[in-house]
Amino acid sequence: MNFVAAESPAFRTSLSGVPIKPLYGPADLADFSAQAEIGRPGQFPYTRGIHESMYCGRLWTIRQFAGFGRPRDTNRRFRFLLDQGQTGLSTAFDLPTLMGLDSDDPRSVGEVGRLGVAVDTIDDILALFDGVDLQKVSVSMTINAPAIVVMAFYLAAARQRGCDWRQLRGTIQNDILKEFHAQNEFVFPPEPSVRLVVDLIAFCTRYVPQWNPVSISGYHIREAGSTAQQELAFTLADGQHYVQKCLERGLSIDAFAPRLSFFFNAHNDLFEEVAKYRAARALWAEMIRDDYGAKSEASWKLRFHAQTAGCSLQAAQPEVNVVRVAYQAMAAVLGGCQSLHTNSMDETFALPSEQAVTLALRTQQVLAHETGVTNTVDPLGGSYFVESFTHKMKQDADACFRAIADQGGMIAAVENGYFRRQIADAAFEYQTAVDRSEKLVVGVNAFQQPDRDPIAVMEIDPATEPGQIGTLRAVKQNRSGADVTRSLDALRHAAEHRDNVMSSLLQAADDRATVQECVDALADVYGRFRPSAAW
Amino acid sequence: MNQPPLAQRILLAKVGLDGHDRGIKVVARGLRDAGFHVIYSGLWQSIDAVVQAAADEDVDWLGVSILNGAHMTLVPALLESLRQRELSQIGVIVGGIIPPADQAKLIELGVRGCFGPGTPLPSIVEFCNS
Repeated sequence: MNFVAAESPAFRTSLSGVPIKPLYGPADLADFSAQAEIGRPGQFPYTRGIHESMYCGRLWTIRQFAGFGRPRDTNRRFRFLLDQGQTGLSTAFDLPTLMGLDSDDPRSVGEVGRLGVAVDTIDDILALFDGVDLQKVSVSMTINAPAIVVMAFYLAAARQRGCDWRQLRGTIQNDILKEFHAQNEFVFPPEPSVRLVVDLIAFCTRYVPQWNPVSISGYHIREAGSTAQQELAFTLADGQHYVQKCLERGLSIDAFAPRLSFFFNAHNDLFEEVAKYRAARALWAEMIRDDYGAKSEASWKLRFHAQTAGCSLQAAQPEVNVVRVAYQAMAAVLGGCQSLHTNSMDETFALPSEQAVTLALRTQQVLAHETGVTNTVDPLGGSYFVESFTHKMKQDADACFRAIADQGGMIAAVENGYFRRQIADAAFEYQTAVDRSEKLVVGVNAFQQPDRDPIAVMEIDPATEPGQIGTLRAVKQNRSGADVTRSLDALRHAAEHRDNVMSSLLQAADDRATVQECVDALADVYGRFRPSAAW
Repeated sequence: MNQPPLAQRILLAKVGLDGHDRGIKVVARGLRDAGFHVIYSGLWQSIDAVVQAAADEDVDWLGVSILNGAHMTLVPALLESLRQRELSQIGVIVGGIIPPADQAKLIELGVRGCFGPGTPLPSIVEFCNS
């Protein structure tokens, strides 16, 4: 089958279905105040970027997401990536850890160390970051339902190693709302889940001031099938909900807003993605300044990490994924990201091999040092098309905000399944458009090639699970059962009395309580959330 | 008057802990629109629960979606459980992130079809109809 690009409907709408005209000009910028909406880089509303000099001043952080096997396996991968020129760390935890289960729980069988690193106790955190200077390297941890538990383990481990918490830099995802919308790794019901997010924001604001205690994430919303517009709006609405809950807790907006960070997807449609990032910055700045009265400029600036779209990778002709990732990475950089993960070409089969992750890392290094995109600030600023698309993005997001309000607000919309339905509808619409060849995917519904030899993929050592269980049992044997019981009782007490649970979790970490023991203690008070199976 | 042919019945299930349900929900809608009777289990199902549901619902097909790397543990256990309960007539299909070498092993163990990322809906429908 031959395709003529000009005749394909795929070239007349954006990836998310927004109609695109063949030509844009001054008339497209007529119905809004270009000066007020576009502004200058480093100035409100930050459409052109949060820094005056952007990458001319400092490159984005190259931060590949990594984690598999036991802590020492991931520690080796971390050191390898740092040796290859990565500039920050990013930790993937395995599913049992993400779900608050220990490696020896029957529900963990087959999953220990498979999709990320297995962490059961503070000893695993110590092994994971062995030899890494936590006061120098910024560390990201992608975990949500048990985020506060793992953060307590991290802080207790840092304290044991003599680190000053005030020097620690990094990010913990800790964004439970997007779990209810999309990613499905939740444990407790929505309200107490958000309470834990606020506990961690409040604690870090006071004691770990350079840490980003939440990374408000659209990435997974997009991966679950949303449009770019939904990703933008749902993410900012989640951020707005956390802000409201922090204010209700008595925190002052300028105390915590500068440490809120964001995480967006970098998908295939370059201009739609750039418009999304630019609109996100402007909408957030307006919301934080005008709706919440933040006085500090640091509060207004939306900082974000981007990751190339895992769901865009194809099993057919996997080498082509390198090209997809490169263009997606360029979108993130032209959109002004602060840090970036580039996916590896083999991720439609397994976790990345060392060879594949090196190529993904090199993709960022070529972008940073060879393509010239860093030579000037916001090179797309002022483009008739980009600016009018950015404006359209803001309007579409406003319509989404109104729809959420019509549902009765964030928690009501989570509970009635609004977000899940919206995302599932968009995912189905996209897939059927691909099946009808209305959207072309190279190697899938166009330009196919017969299968060739499969590429090499990484395998997880089968000794991981028994090994990790052995370590956990040894920890349980050598700790004081009485101490653990006492610290878990204190944790339950704090949860029941609506005190911040962080200090009791720090004690539990020192006493070598496990992730699951802490999560179960919290679930005794908060209960557990069961999702509906609606599709 | 001729009775219309009975729709094929398929149970779609998520086993294990992973919450990636974009694919399985899209497949559920696609099969429904193609005339299948679709039952979706929801997340985090145990193998016992899935096999029990397949028996209770008298299904022709059981589709499991696995994106957590645990397919070589979970799928053989599922096939064995079906065998022990004399339900091997149920055709098992698997979708998700599965390396080609493992796909071949799963087919050898008795899985009828493996569908990775990028599989068009019509080809899953066609497979189950043929």
